[in-house]
Amino acid sequence: MTDHNPDQFSVFKPISRSLLRLIFGPVLALLYGCTGIQSTFSAFGVEAESTRSLTWVMTAAATVITIGVLWLAWYAARTPASQLDYKGGMRVIFWFGALGPTLLLSVLLVFSLSKMRTLPTGTDDLKIAVTGEQFWWRARYLPVGGQSVETANEIRIPVGRTVAFALTSPDVIHSFWIPGLAGKVDMIPGRTNDLVVRATQAGVYRGVCAEFCGLSHAHMAFDVVAMEPAAFEQWLTNMAHPATGGDSPGRKLFESYGCSGCHTIRGHIEGATIGPDLTHFGSRLSVGAGTLPMTLDAISRFIRNPASVKPGVMMPDFREISDKDVAVISNYLVELR
Amino acid sequence: MICKLHKLAQRLKSSLWMLVVPPTVWALHFLFSYVYTAVRCAKSGSVEAIVDIRTGITVATVVALLLVAASGYVAWTQSRIDGDLRPYQDSTDEDRLHFLAAATLLLAGLSFVAILFTAIPAFIFEDCI
Repeated sequence: MTDHNPDQFSVFKPISRSLLRLIFGPVLALLYGCTGIQSTFSAFGVEAESTRSLTWVMTAAATVITIGVLWLAWYAARTPASQLDYKGGMRVIFWFGALGPTLLLSVLLVFSLSKMRTLPTGTDDLKIAVTGEQFWWRARYLPVGGQSVETANEIRIPVGRTVAFALTSPDVIHSFWIPGLAGKVDMIPGRTNDLVVRATQAGVYRGVCAEFCGLSHAHMAFDVVAMEPAAFEQWLTNMAHPATGGDSPGRKLFESYGCSGCHTIRGHIEGATIGPDLTHFGSRLSVGAGTLPMTLDAISRFIRNPASVKPGVMMPDFREISDKDVAVISNYLVELR
Repeated sequence: MICKLHKLAQRLKSSLWMLVVPPTVWALHFLFSYVYTAVRCAKSGSVEAIVDIRTGITVATVVALLLVAASGYVAWTQSRIDGDLRPYQDSTDEDRLHFLAAATLLLAGLSFVAILFTAIPAFIFEDCI
């Protein structure tokens, strides 16, 4: 007879621990991504809150159903064949195989459909027309009774007010997604899709393009600022004003390098509207559609060689520009507030 | 009246044709719901269309449920006709009838629930978006 050493299986303990670390390490790392400025789990809008609660309820229901089914399979496999007569077996099938799932699915269906309802809209809602372009965002605010205002690569919305986005694209299919605010909606050339949202919490968040649209798809992001209504109105009024400041060396250089062939700075240069409107460029939170911080170095780098930041970008490079000139233009742009 | 209908149901023989009635009605109701909704949403405004859609889907759902319930009732009466004992697996007319009746009844139950599931969104959503 062989004696069993109680510690002979202790070799599995370190293996189990390593295995747990191996599993839980990546899981914890992934869970860390469920928070922050770009996550549906950090909701700051009514629609994203619905999506989040839908996720939790569906996950809980799926867990309960999975455990229930596994338990039934285990129970059926271990129960003697004579445990239930024909009628008893049919009763189990009727309750657990037909009526139970039907009732559960009905409850989940009605609950999920109610969470998918769009917000009601009114005539006094703020409308924002957003166009996805390779690889930036054109935003035109259309306040009721007010002047329309065009800006780019940044979306600002008032907390507590319903905002209706009209989404389209002139080039390829993009997808407008602010995870903390609402679900993604495609921007399709020749078609306008609607998205109705209402922010519930002020703060700075992030949106992205969620449909592969070219080489710099991953660099097509934008800042989202949810503001208190009074602050928003003040900001929008400021945005409607043309750029301040008079003649400056930066403005002249901006024109002489041909930047106005694509960009407009209202009040200074009525240029083309092929590229982003730069009227209040310095008040934005980032450079290059959410790719670089709003610093002089970042602006200079983008002007010199935009493709180094965003491959495939339409803007030509200006590698020949002198250090002095690029610094002057960057200073000029950052002062546009 | 009800007795006459019951006797008529007993006289009808469950067959493969009867078996395909519930899923066919389900498929037609599904198709109608989606096509009608798409057409009404495209032709009318997003909010205005919902009244037409709800009316159309209500009528279609009531008709579909009646047809499925009727085929389920016929199958139920057929499944209760006396004959051999279970299981119904021999190649006899009685076993074939019982098997088809049971299968039709189950399909009618499934189709009934599926038709309701297809119709429910029309009464929860308030626009086409």
